[in-house]
Amino acid sequence: MTTDKVLMKGNEAFAEAAIRGGARLYFGYPITPQSEVPEYMSRELPKHGGVFIQAESELGAINMAYGAGAAGGSVFISSSSPGIALMQEGMSFLCSAEVPLLALNVSRGGPGIGGIQPGQADYYQVTRGGGNGDYRIPVFAPSSIQEAVDLLYEGTELAQTWRNPIMVLADGMIGQMMEPVRLPDFKPVYQPHEIAAHRDWACTGYADRGGDQNRRVVKSLRMQPEKLEEHVENLFKKYDRAEKELVRYESENLNGADVVFVAFGTTARICREACEILAAEGVKAGLIRPISLWPFPNKAFDEIDFGTTKAVVAAELSMGQMITDVRLALNGRLPAFLAHRTGGMVPTSPEVAARAKAVLEGLK
Amino acid sequence: MSTYKMFFAGSGGQGVLLMGQMITYAAMLEGKEATFLPSYGPEMRGGTANCTVVVSDKPVSCPLIYEADIAVVMNLPSMDKFEPMVKPGGYLFFNESIIDRKPSRGDITAVAVDLAARTAQLGNDKVANMVMLGEVVRGTGVVQVDTIFKVFEKVFTGRKAALIPLNRKAFLGE
Repeated sequence: MTTDKVLMKGNEAFAEAAIRGGARLYFGYPITPQSEVPEYMSRELPKHGGVFIQAESELGAINMAYGAGAAGGSVFISSSSPGIALMQEGMSFLCSAEVPLLALNVSRGGPGIGGIQPGQADYYQVTRGGGNGDYRIPVFAPSSIQEAVDLLYEGTELAQTWRNPIMVLADGMIGQMMEPVRLPDFKPVYQPHEIAAHRDWACTGYADRGGDQNRRVVKSLRMQPEKLEEHVENLFKKYDRAEKELVRYESENLNGADVVFVAFGTTARICREACEILAAEGVKAGLIRPISLWPFPNKAFDEIDFGTTKAVVAAELSMGQMITDVRLALNGRLPAFLAHRTGGMVPTSPEVAARAKAVLEGLK
Repeated sequence: MSTYKMFFAGSGGQGVLLMGQMITYAAMLEGKEATFLPSYGPEMRGGTANCTVVVSDKPVSCPLIYEADIAVVMNLPSMDKFEPMVKPGGYLFFNESIIDRKPSRGDITAVAVDLAARTAQLGNDKVANMVMLGEVVRGTGVVQVDTIFKVFEKVFTGRKAALIPLNRKAFLGE
């Protein structure tokens, strides 16, 4: 039983979805454009038996998340681009120690402290990571509030299943806008004394283990290179599996298309409208919308109609970051061009449509 | 099929975001698709505020708009910015009490609303935005009048419920 549709601001819907999905521990520090998330959590999470802590900084928040996650808690954190940057060391540690975490990045323009308007220039940060070492974080980019709600609802369980941080990358526009949304039911959660039995790796203390005296160790330090190599190889067996099982995307109107847009998040919605504008002008445009940014949906590009399509246009709110993965996926089969604004500026659908037409003209 | 794209603009404190939210809420109650996108930034009372609303029978592709079927402007800077963005044949609702120029477009329906006089009649200048909302809804049919009253019931709860008769009166232009 889900609710009837309710009208909610993106950030508040994200927070509610995380609670309904089972997150009970939140650590955070306010930053625009996602400050409504910690505000909502501070008010609502205690009502569900959860704990909200405003950390002294993003570094504090991610390390609280590391500790609470290692103890078997279902942790949710959120921040925006420069705040996520401060958390990168922690992300690397969590991946190495295989500590689950649901993370939300409501991204804004950069680099540096940048600005507070929507941006997608965190693509490299979230798909490549700013932390050290060999690690991966599955990242999902919703293009509507409903999709963000569904992803965050699923996120806690995904993080526990994969024993890895899972990130949802929304942009400032989805965080700030309002849309009707259907909220899913509350998932059952483990009481603290039940965690030891269900999360058999978590450092819960011996009390709830029914006499089991085995030590549980969560760590990222491995001084012997043979051991570290073995550990990283094991992590990558998991990541290889993730590359098969966590790929998500949508494709539209690829058959017979003259040009194909690739865009995620808000930008995909702009491209969808650009497709309509182009259709009215006799140009057939399709759309590939990656939902998982890592793993990147390479197989979506095999669906392109190579008999008709002349070019691919990556539309991004950055100087072009996703286009790197687009080119890898195309593997030379078609040229890829960029349609972009950055710094918090957002292109209109006619601008994106005009760029696609100019690209096609230039290829003649 | 119909899609309405709307701008609501004025200065912070004039209630332009609430107007947009109420239309969005009403559209949802009517089973339509709708998006509400506020401008956000270092806003303050007296600064500029605007929002875009899209109401449609089909899923809204893009919440961001660059032209509007309906623009509602509460002060002169908003009129200067948004009048050129009204589609030919579209509507411009403007607060003539403080906007000391006429619209320059001849290809749109311009509706002047004297909010100062209307709210003086009502004895409460805080409902200026509901007076304007009434003009927009009754003038364009973007949503139904009765649905807005349902929204009032949902938005004005608790102690605020006492404000419903005044807001209805303002909305209906009585």
